[in-house]
Amino acid sequence: MHELGIVFHIIRSVEEVGRANQVRHIRAVALELGEVSGVVEEYLQDCWKWAAARSAMLDGAQLKVRTIPARTVCEACGEVYPTVQYGRQCPACKSEQTHLVQGNEMMIQEIEVDPESEAVPAADE
Amino acid sequence: MDEVKVLQVKQSVFAANDRQADQLRAQLKKKGIFLLNLMSSPGSGKTTTLKRTIEMLGGEFRIGVMEADIDSDVDARAIAVTGAKAIQLHTGGMCHLDAEMTRQGLEGLDADDVELAILENVGNLVCPAEFDTGAVKNAMILSVPEGHDKPLKYPLMFSVCDVVLVNKMDVMPYFDFDFDQCRAYVQMRNPNAVVIPICARTGEGMGPWIEWLRSQILAWRADDFATEKVEV
Ligand SMILES: Nc1nc2c(ncn2[C@@H]2O[C@H](COP(=O)(O)OP(=O)(O)OP(=O)(O)O)[C@@H](O)[C@H]2O)c(=O)[nH]1
Ligand SMILES: [Mg+2]
Ligand SMILES: [Zn+2]
Ligand SMILES: [Zn+2]
Repeated sequence: MHELGIVFHIIRSVEEVGRANQVRHIRAVALELGEVSGVVEEYLQDCWKWAAARSAMLDGAQLKVRTIPARTVCEACGEVYPTVQYGRQCPACKSEQTHLVQGNEMMIQEIEVDPESEAVPAADE
Repeated sequence: MDEVKVLQVKQSVFAANDRQADQLRAQLKKKGIFLLNLMSSPGSGKTTTLKRTIEMLGGEFRIGVMEADIDSDVDARAIAVTGAKAIQLHTGGMCHLDAEMTRQGLEGLDADDVELAILENVGNLVCPAEFDTGAVKNAMILSVPEGHDKPLKYPLMFSVCDVVLVNKMDVMPYFDFDFDQCRAYVQMRNPNAVVIPICARTGEGMGPWIEWLRSQILAWRADDFATEKVEV
């Protein structure tokens, strides 16, 4: 399943950052998800619950997803339009010389650390 | 009070994997192992093409194959028949392999005496393209029954491939597959990709592919020696 693979990568990255900062427990992870990133948020959340529960650092942590709308720019006339609605073809001039400007991102933005879990020596993994 | 501390990360989900893939490539270079990542939809002929390829290389390189299969070991056994080293990677239902799984696979293959390692990725045109495995080159197979418009539908896959093998050329008469159109679509997405028509079932047309693979391996090795010389 696609979303499970993505979740494992998020967890691995977040644990890396957590270890580097001597964090014991994380309470939330903020993720930016593009509208055309190919990931279904509902499935992502299900996979997250399952996988986070198996990580000491992330057990019970919340995944906060912010959706980034997809926008395409037309190279012919400069129009910027919603990708999901119009696809590759510019609704203004009908050109197909267009490219995505935003909407395929999958960015881990920030981590919320449990206050009482800081300043613990690393390596109790 | 309960003051939450926030750590800024601002890192792509793929960033950690990209780093691991670069590390793996550097290690492979030191050991002189050429890793090829082979991708395609399910059933387009990865295993059949690999068997032919191993036969046609005829012992020129010591070959090890890693078969990513969700559950069975059918493909690994098919490869083992050729005499090449083969192992099964258990993906646990995952839709792609990443650099870490590939590294573990190479360990399992006991790859140190292998010169050409080939990874048969999970049959899927989406995620394998997003996750760098650490391979030196990426190859993909598109088979005739899948249609010539696939480069338009899966642009990322075609943009990460160094070579596209169009397989099952023998069934061309039964499909409306337009080879020239397909090549044009591939080149729209990736002007550097080499497109080679093959028939893995009969071995027809496999010569240019074997040539391509051999020249890539030799060029990569020569490059290796060049860097060594600079360091001396
Ligand atoms: N007609 C024809 N059939 C082929 C050719 N190459 C492979 N096949 C057949 O296609 C089917 C799938 O081939 P495989 O080599 O198992 O494909 P695969 O990509 O490894 O499949 P998975 O590992 O299941 O994703 C088999 O029945 C092959 O015999 C070809 O060139 N022509
Ligand atoms: Mg196979
Ligand atoms: Zn996937
Ligand atoms: Zn326009």
